[in-house]
Amino acid sequence: MKIIIIDDEPLARSIVKEYLQSYPDAEVVAECNDGFEGMKAILHHEPDLIFLDIQMPKINGFEMLELIENPPAVIFTTAFDEFAIKAFELNATDYLLKPFSRERFDKALKKYSDKSLPVPSTDAIVETASKEPGQQNRVVVKDGSKIKIIPVGQIQYLEAADDYVKIVTAEGNFLKKRTMGFFEQSLAIHHFVRIHRSYIVNTLLITRIDPYEKDSHLVILSTGAKLSASKSGYSKLKEVLGI
Amino acid sequence: MNPRKPKRNLIVGGIIYWAVISAVYSIILTGVLKNFNLTGIQIVMDALVNNILIIACCILIVNNMRYYLPRQEKYLYILTISLSLSGIISLVARGILWLLFHDDAHYLASFSQSSGIRFGISFLLIGCFAMMSLLWYTQEEQLTMNERKTDAERLSREAELFKLRQQLQPHFLFNSLNSISALTNSQPEKARHMIHQLSDFLRGTLKKDDQQWNTLEEEIQYLRLYLDIEKVRFGYRLQTEIIYAEEVLLSKLPALLLQPIVENAIKFGLYDTTGEVLITLEAAKENNYLKIIVQNPFDPETSQPLKGTGFGLSSIQRRLFLLFGRQDLLSTKRESNNFITTIIIPQTV
Repeated sequence: MKIIIIDDEPLARSIVKEYLQSYPDAEVVAECNDGFEGMKAILHHEPDLIFLDIQMPKINGFEMLELIENPPAVIFTTAFDEFAIKAFELNATDYLLKPFSRERFDKALKKYSDKSLPVPSTDAIVETASKEPGQQNRVVVKDGSKIKIIPVGQIQYLEAADDYVKIVTAEGNFLKKRTMGFFEQSLAIHHFVRIHRSYIVNTLLITRIDPYEKDSHLVILSTGAKLSASKSGYSKLKEVLGI
Repeated sequence: MNPRKPKRNLIVGGIIYWAVISAVYSIILTGVLKNFNLTGIQIVMDALVNNILIIACCILIVNNMRYYLPRQEKYLYILTISLSLSGIISLVARGILWLLFHDDAHYLASFSQSSGIRFGISFLLIGCFAMMSLLWYTQEEQLTMNERKTDAERLSREAELFKLRQQLQPHFLFNSLNSISALTNSQPEKARHMIHQLSDFLRGTLKKDDQQWNTLEEEIQYLRLYLDIEKVRFGYRLQTEIIYAEEVLLSKLPALLLQPIVENAIKFGLYDTTGEVLITLEAAKENNYLKIIVQNPFDPETSQPLKGTGFGLSSIQRRLFLLFGRQDLLSTKRESNNFITTIIIPQTV
């Protein structure tokens, strides 16, 4: 059983290692200080199980998981994070609250190795967790092998692209595996409106709205981009802009 | 302020008023009654009876207003009460004086002739007094109301300050306990040491509740305690530097102010960058201010968008506002890759 421990505190990692000593088949293949290292190590080692802290430098545990296509089984460790705990409970995930006892640790590992129990979907946890208001100020994407953190204000618009969403910024386009519905909901507090099945626009950048064909409009951004708005999209837009 | 003082003022005022009434009344009566050729004893008795009755009315009014202060149509109330009391006085005085001097036809005739003037004088005197006590009670009510208001404001301010001082990050506490748990097996001595440090730190947050101000020296000691714990948690990643001149150590600042500022710097320094992080704190005296500058590195590209002063410094700002009534004591700025927090503390000598 290959295991990776991701936590920014060395002592917090050491206690997991210590508890793992009583599991002869457990092998800690990597220890990581932050989500960047964690992501690389997971892609490189393909572990069976990871221990993951939530609050970490640069990107948190949830944001790291978002970037991995087929994440391994996860046991979350956290000291105090009300929102994360709520996300775990909603998705029936096991998590360890620091400081945790050996008994509690053993229970978590037993739950993991018990194949009869359904494995909770990591995607669902991450999706729940990213609804936290504090998480919605930025979007984390993978840019080749690098990780890019996009502040929400820098997003010009989003465009549907099959299973992905294309995020358009001044620095280029990025793909993120999420639904349009997800962004429509989470970005609503940041002046974003879904004007079309395929478009979500940053309303702060709109400079003009022109009629276009029947029942549809053309939304023009200060960047020069032209996006079509459906009939229902246009009425949503009018409501948000107060016109 | 002694709350008994205004009450004594009313008594003194009442006595003076009584003296003035007596004097005025005696002079008027003497002057008026002299024209009627009355005997000395009649004048004195007449004045005495009227005076005592008027004073009795005044006492009645004061007592009445102590329990009931008219709020609407107070002037109508005063007019009515003065008119009716003056009427009653005239009748009662007449009755008493008739009993005393009923066989003196000349006196009784003069009494009838002067009844209009008597009524007028009584009305004026009672009316004046009623007005005076109305003003006095209204003012006193206002005073107690203001006192109550300032009391309530002071209490809520103290409660808020207390809460702001006591703010302890549960994240810090649980992570520290986790570090101790990790150390118990491998390095029990170090674990015990950390338990002591954590205890001292927690005691610090608890005991200072009655003490608003600390010297910079005490604050720095407390800060070092906190930093030692954080260094156990984060290992080599956390480097700190505290710079100050000896002479600023006796400067005063609000208790437990430095630690949350540095905690904030550490939190964002450590969570915004990877690798080693250097947090610096500089303290210096500038004119009549103690100036403290805290710096932490941050990554301008990936740092989360800030709201307001950002970085969770709003509680510090609030504390400084409650203590000094100023919003300009805390400021933040970004310089290349450093986030700089500056606070200035007025030093009142």
